[in-house]
Amino acid sequence: MERLLKFVYESRAFFTFLILELFCVWMVIENNQYQSTTYFNTSNSIAASTISTSQNIREYFSLTDINNDLAVENSVLKKKLDQRNQLLYSMELSSFKDAAIINRFDYVSAKVINNSTRYYKNFITINRGTNHGIRAGMAAVSQLGTVGKVKSVSENYAVLISLLNIDDQVSSLIKRTGHFGTVQWNGADPLLIDLKFIPRHVKIQVGDTIVTSGYNAVFPEGIIIGKIESFKLNEEAQFHTIKVRLSQDFGKLSFVEIVKSNLKQEQDSLEQKTIGEPK
Amino acid sequence: MMRGSILQFVLFFVYLVVQVLLLKNLVLFNTAFCFLYVAFILLLPVEMSNLLLMLIAFIFGFTIDIFYNSLGLHAMALVLVAYLRNYWLTAITPQGGYDVGTPPTLAANGVQWFLVYSLPLVFIHHLVLFFGEAASFNRFWFTMLKAITSLLFSASVMLIFQYLSLDRGRR
Repeated sequence: MERLLKFVYESRAFFTFLILELFCVWMVIENNQYQSTTYFNTSNSIAASTISTSQNIREYFSLTDINNDLAVENSVLKKKLDQRNQLLYSMELSSFKDAAIINRFDYVSAKVINNSTRYYKNFITINRGTNHGIRAGMAAVSQLGTVGKVKSVSENYAVLISLLNIDDQVSSLIKRTGHFGTVQWNGADPLLIDLKFIPRHVKIQVGDTIVTSGYNAVFPEGIIIGKIESFKLNEEAQFHTIKVRLSQDFGKLSFVEIVKSNLKQEQDSLEQKTIGEPK
Repeated sequence: MMRGSILQFVLFFVYLVVQVLLLKNLVLFNTAFCFLYVAFILLLPVEMSNLLLMLIAFIFGFTIDIFYNSLGLHAMALVLVAYLRNYWLTAITPQGGYDVGTPPTLAANGVQWFLVYSLPLVFIHHLVLFFGEAASFNRFWFTMLKAITSLLFSASVMLIFQYLSLDRGRR
């Protein structure tokens, strides 16, 4: 026993090393969980306010661009509103009377205070948190396309899993044909993303629009992800290999909207009841 | 000694601020990252014990992780560097040994020694970091490319800072 203690004491550096490394590995694995409720990331108020200050300074240099983007968004929204109004007149509203369906999604606008595109696992920090009604698992979109999901929230800040994260998968479909697959980033080019699981019989074209499918109730359906840039079909492959050019350039992200899905719980609990717990 | 500790304590925050506010946004060719903060561990005094080094490395790495949203990853890589550092220092002791109480810098031991000292340790740090992030060997060559270009970048910046402080020392 004494010798054992002596041995442990003599190689205490090694054991400390081992313990620290194991603790680190545990943290890494824990942090990889989708929707972890960790406090130790940039949603932490000290870290977030530091980054926020630095981002504020940097933002002065890109104010013109941001203004332009917002003006463009405004005009697009106005046009959409107008189109919708026209449509409502002609359709006499008969099919849209259910308020629960009309108000399925609420939007909270938020400013991006931290963003990265060059790692394998990219995250975005925004300046809205639980105080503004944001919860883990909500979707984030921008006027140009899909952005990501909320991973963890503090009172005033939240961290999103970017679409540019090798762990993130989003159910999506080809708008023209209606076939659905999954988009997942491969970690290399921040402008391109892979579309997987499109079976080989589907006839696709370069330029086809990819949108979210809405099957998982996180994203509203029909939010644009990007356009097919190139595709190939290997001899024995079951699925097409498709590269999609993202419609949102993640390097230029400055504002996002968090989508509060009011019916998510209902859909999830119904699916759980029939299909069972999700993995 | 006391003065040295206070200096190290201040340096801790300097490295941290430079890393998370400045170098974090500085990426060349989409592959070369700059992790200057490793230099903080490398440049702690020679006779500092392994245990203390690893604890400092853990705290430092953990703080960096908070800002990088990568809980545990930087801490893991940095603790490994801290553990290996003293063994590596003993292995490459220059003739006449180290001066007591001084950090193992370029000024004290020359550029050739400093490269031999820092390059392998920084490379190990980068390998652990990038492969840890990828969590697989699926993208082996791309990850390797990242590690190598980042090594060149980090080491260059480290050398530049070493030469800058060298100048100040002579004046």
